[in-house]
Amino acid sequence: MSYMRKFITGAMLAAGLTGVSAVTASAAECIAPADPGGGWDFTCRTVGRLLTELGLEESSVQVTNMPGGVGAVAFANVAGKRASEGDLLVATSTVGVTQIAQGKYPGGVDVMRWVGMLGTDVGVIVVPADSDYETVGDLLDALKADPTSVPVAGSSGAGGWDHIRLLMLADAAGMEGDDYKAIRWVQFDGGSPAVTQMLGGQVGAVSTDLGEIAGFVESGDIKILAALSDEPIPAFPDAPTAKSQGFDVTGYNWRGFYTGGDVSDEDYQAWVDELKSLFDTPEWKEAAEGNGLITVWRGGEEFEAYVADQAKQMEEISRSIGVIQ
Amino acid sequence: MDILTSLIGGFAVAVTPLNLALAVFGCFAGTLIGALPGLGPVNGVAILIPVAFAMKLEPGSALIMLSCIYYGCMYGGRISSIMLNIPGDEPAIMTTLDGYPMARRGQAAKALGISAVASFTGATFATLGLTFFAPLLAKAAIHFGPADYFALYVMAFATIGGVTGVNPFKTLLAAMLGLLLASVGLDPGTGTARFTFGSFHLYDGFDPIVAIVGLFAVSEIIMYFESHATSGAGPAKLGRALPRLREVFEGFPAALRGSVIGFICGVLPGAGASLGAFVSYSTEKQISDKKGTFGTGDPRGIAAPEAGNNAASGGALIPMLTLGVPGSGTTAVMLALLVSLNIQPGPLLFERQPDIVWGLIAALYLANVVLLLLNVPMVGLFTRLLSLPQWLLMPVVVMVSFIGIYSISHSTFDLFVMIGFGLLGYALRKLEISLVPVVLGLLLGADMENNLRRALSISGGDFGILLQSPIALVIYGFTALMLMFSFGIAMRRRPDPLEG
Repeated sequence: MSYMRKFITGAMLAAGLTGVSAVTASAAECIAPADPGGGWDFTCRTVGRLLTELGLEESSVQVTNMPGGVGAVAFANVAGKRASEGDLLVATSTVGVTQIAQGKYPGGVDVMRWVGMLGTDVGVIVVPADSDYETVGDLLDALKADPTSVPVAGSSGAGGWDHIRLLMLADAAGMEGDDYKAIRWVQFDGGSPAVTQMLGGQVGAVSTDLGEIAGFVESGDIKILAALSDEPIPAFPDAPTAKSQGFDVTGYNWRGFYTGGDVSDEDYQAWVDELKSLFDTPEWKEAAEGNGLITVWRGGEEFEAYVADQAKQMEEISRSIGVIQ
Repeated sequence: MDILTSLIGGFAVAVTPLNLALAVFGCFAGTLIGALPGLGPVNGVAILIPVAFAMKLEPGSALIMLSCIYYGCMYGGRISSIMLNIPGDEPAIMTTLDGYPMARRGQAAKALGISAVASFTGATFATLGLTFFAPLLAKAAIHFGPADYFALYVMAFATIGGVTGVNPFKTLLAAMLGLLLASVGLDPGTGTARFTFGSFHLYDGFDPIVAIVGLFAVSEIIMYFESHATSGAGPAKLGRALPRLREVFEGFPAALRGSVIGFICGVLPGAGASLGAFVSYSTEKQISDKKGTFGTGDPRGIAAPEAGNNAASGGALIPMLTLGVPGSGTTAVMLALLVSLNIQPGPLLFERQPDIVWGLIAALYLANVVLLLLNVPMVGLFTRLLSLPQWLLMPVVVMVSFIGIYSISHSTFDLFVMIGFGLLGYALRKLEISLVPVVLGLLLGADMENNLRRALSISGGDFGILLQSPIALVIYGFTALMLMFSFGIAMRRRPDPLEG
């Protein structure tokens, strides 16, 4: 059996070598429930970096990527194993709440404590700059006349937040359930791929967040038919809101954090205060605006209520458009 | 002339003592990270982003270091393919087919030398393309729609049967198995869970790198247990520690062809480096494998996929920089890196932040040269790896892989999946079914399906859309030609195609 002993020696040596690289973390941790590179990853890394740079955290904030199930894996992990850890934040957004509302996470919004949101992206409906559609009404009229006439693309699958925002507009324009289910929806892996495919003539319009595709608006390749916000977007004051065109629809995608459901009131409040302090700095404003976000603060109980309300709303919308039964 | 002036400006930014030191460090670290199975550019860059911030580097310097790591990983992935028959990252998988047999023959140094030169050729070709034609190519790539991407994947799968050469039916079976595994997870079009059995951990499907480490490395350990380390393969012949200069250029024409194919695949954001390496290899095999030497250590079988994979990685930077569209997980990390430095890739990047873009391009040229120079002395180091006894080498490799996988996902579930793939790999090896087509099916299957689904979403379910695009028709025509060509060769070589 000497080969077995040799083998174990080798394994132990390897464990020793690699063990050196494992760093034990005692500092604050931010879980990004996605692979490196996405929006949630950006939220964790930017906020984590600024918290350290501004001295709000003593040591650097460890960012952990925990991808899976559009955030469901991280949600299940925190709910099951780390519900009372006071130094933990998890990045999330409207997309996460949509998943919760559609029953795709193991639990509802009440399982977690919602800490706060620091900014929001705004949904837009865009078409190529040389498109015949001049207003969002033109596009919706075309879809009303023939729902299959204009394929529309976005970064989410059917029933995701990008798709729902389009259907909310169709609903506001007076389309019936069966009609707007016939609208052709094409999923791409992000807003930029959707826009480039639209520029290549594959689809007629795109419904997605502005932040990722703002460069195409600035370069004049595409135009915004409708911004799904209450007020015009500061960076593009000329782009009309859907509301100003008679369609009462808004569609934000906020960026914020939750923490475990058993975290003490003291730790919870400490996070709320710390994020509020970060929100008030010019550094956050600069970082957020650099990524096309509008800075908006909701924290503590106000945020809890906001999320609960949004989840309820989202559930109703999802049911009415037939995404869930 | 504008371009040359800008490029010289870029070099002025890149060539400072600090930046050069960072470039050398980045290349070295990148090569090591790339060479370790399970650790790839995704975690390499992701782990080092905070390091760059902690060192308080200027955005330009951070970008230089991290892009050197990116290129370094692409160079490094081939090393474990050749030395251990375990791909260091996804695109390096084709290099196992001829690289490992050559190393077993005692020509490891030659294989490493050929692949280093091919990597340099491919990466330099792509960087030149990036310098001179980036905006133009990005405009052309836009016209590639879902139906055209689907045609590209059809072409890849049509040639898969001939890739490993042993028994085309077993190869097809393996590719089917890969496609089956690719269908696990959330369906991106509708968000419906498929084959997940209620487990959230399966929602994102199988991570190809987890599958690769399991199939190749873990199954190797099981084989080792079985063979008691007495019989079995035994240590490879050592041979020369450094390759002869003449040998290194043996596959050079193949490298040039591979560079062109790989670069095209890289520029198309829906294709990427794995497809680039695969198509480079299969095309090279179709056109130059007249004696059936591919798969046994043919220099062209190393040069073509290595040039293809590096050219694709460089080419993938074009849509990433000019459109903000990352073609792969790796370029997605580069995109994240740029964004965290407050640089927004997209149509205005070249106009708004030219110093950053040209600094980056200059850094890529620099990285290429540094990598070539670094890799020559490192050949000796890596060939000495082979003299280590298997009982030491394999556990170390697997341990590092475990840590690498865990460091990406922080999930013990992935480790069990990896062991599961190890058992699968063992069974397949026993049945003499090649592992490469399984991984290709898994790597490319999801993209193939997504593009088919997108095309059908656009047409409302009408399959006619697949044949309406002229680009797709050209690709199908090319596929038919390649198939006819390879049937012709097969008929001449073996009168009875079923006999093997």
